[in-house]
Amino acid sequence: MNINLTLLSQAVVFAVFIWFTARFVWPPLLRATENRQKTIAEGLAAGERGRHELELASQRSADVVREAKQRAVDIVAQAEKRAAEIVDEAKTAAREEGDRILVGARAEVEQEVFRAREALRQQVADLALAGAAKILHREVDAKAHADLLASIKTEL
Amino acid sequence: MASDAELTPTSYMEHHLTNLTSSVGEGTFWTLHVDTLAMSILLGFVSFGFLWWVVRGATSGVPGRRQAFVELCIEFIDDQVKSTFHGDRHAFVAPTALTVFIWVLMMNAMDLLPIDIMAKFYALLGLHNWRSVPTTDINTTFALALSVWLLMIFFNIKVKGLGGWMHELVCTPFGKNPILWPVNILFNIVEYVSKPLSHSLRLYGNIYAGEIIFLLLGMWAATGLAGTFFGALLGTGWAIFHILIITLQAFIFMMLTVVYLSMAHESH
Repeated sequence: MNINLTLLSQAVVFAVFIWFTARFVWPPLLRATENRQKTIAEGLAAGERGRHELELASQRSADVVREAKQRAVDIVAQAEKRAAEIVDEAKTAAREEGDRILVGARAEVEQEVFRAREALRQQVADLALAGAAKILHREVDAKAHADLLASIKTEL
Repeated sequence: MASDAELTPTSYMEHHLTNLTSSVGEGTFWTLHVDTLAMSILLGFVSFGFLWWVVRGATSGVPGRRQAFVELCIEFIDDQVKSTFHGDRHAFVAPTALTVFIWVLMMNAMDLLPIDIMAKFYALLGLHNWRSVPTTDINTTFALALSVWLLMIFFNIKVKGLGGWMHELVCTPFGKNPILWPVNILFNIVEYVSKPLSHSLRLYGNIYAGEIIFLLLGMWAATGLAGTFFGALLGTGWAIFHILIITLQAFIFMMLTVVYLSMAHESH
């Protein structure tokens, strides 16, 4: 156990090695491992985020599909309703048209009847006049007896 | 074994336990153990050079095998430091722990070199009296322990201030009461003396004892064929067991370093 200058020399060597390690060995490796830790943590976080987003997206797509189905059902129902309405409208219009035509035809028939009756009245008046003239054997002045003839005509 | 003609157990032991010295001045203090210094510096260069070489090309992506190995070692040490030291460990304490562990481990591991074959090898280089294991030299272990001790005092003063440290010396561990001051001071002196002593002597004693065992087994081998056989067998067994001691002592030395330094950072 002889203590000598070796002790001091070893202490100096020790100090140099500590300095070397603290300066050149520790920090680069620490940086590398910390960067890797960060990368891994970011990767895990990204994966988690992706999973979450996928969940949200699938939920959203399910919502969209459900909404679309609902709308399709609505549209079909509307279309059916509209079709029924159109049929009803067509029926109504046809009936109205039929009625209108019927009314027109009836009016025309009445007019024809009226006209025929007028013509008949005229002929009856003429006949009556001719009969009367024959009876009286003389010419009846149509102009002089126009009032009389007209009154007879209305009575017929 | 020594190539001297008269080989006795004493000369054998002496041969293996004598440092190569170089005198640099008057008196016994001014000598250097050339073998201790050369081996420790060489080992330091190899191991820290290796670490530096690996770390220089370190990637934060997928690490290669070399880098993974270095990271494993450093992570192991960092975990130990993290559990003991609660401060900015990356600035000083953790690199110091790494230095201590790797260096002491490498120096201890030299104990596994077969001593007599190595002695022949050194003799070829013209080196008689060359000890391969720097940690069997008390100068090395004391150098490390006293460096840690000085660092401990430095951090005590740096963290708590000179007054704070003095206050701690006087008022802990028993209390602030003036009657207890002498007891506290005495207690702290004992503590401050025993720390570097136990720190260095534990490592020195374990490794030195290991080397002595190897030497004794080597001496047994000199007694004949049976001695050679059993010496080799037991030597193998001891070497395997010694791997544990080498690692354990390096680990203990590092842990004590960390504990002493973190105690210096914490106020009582």
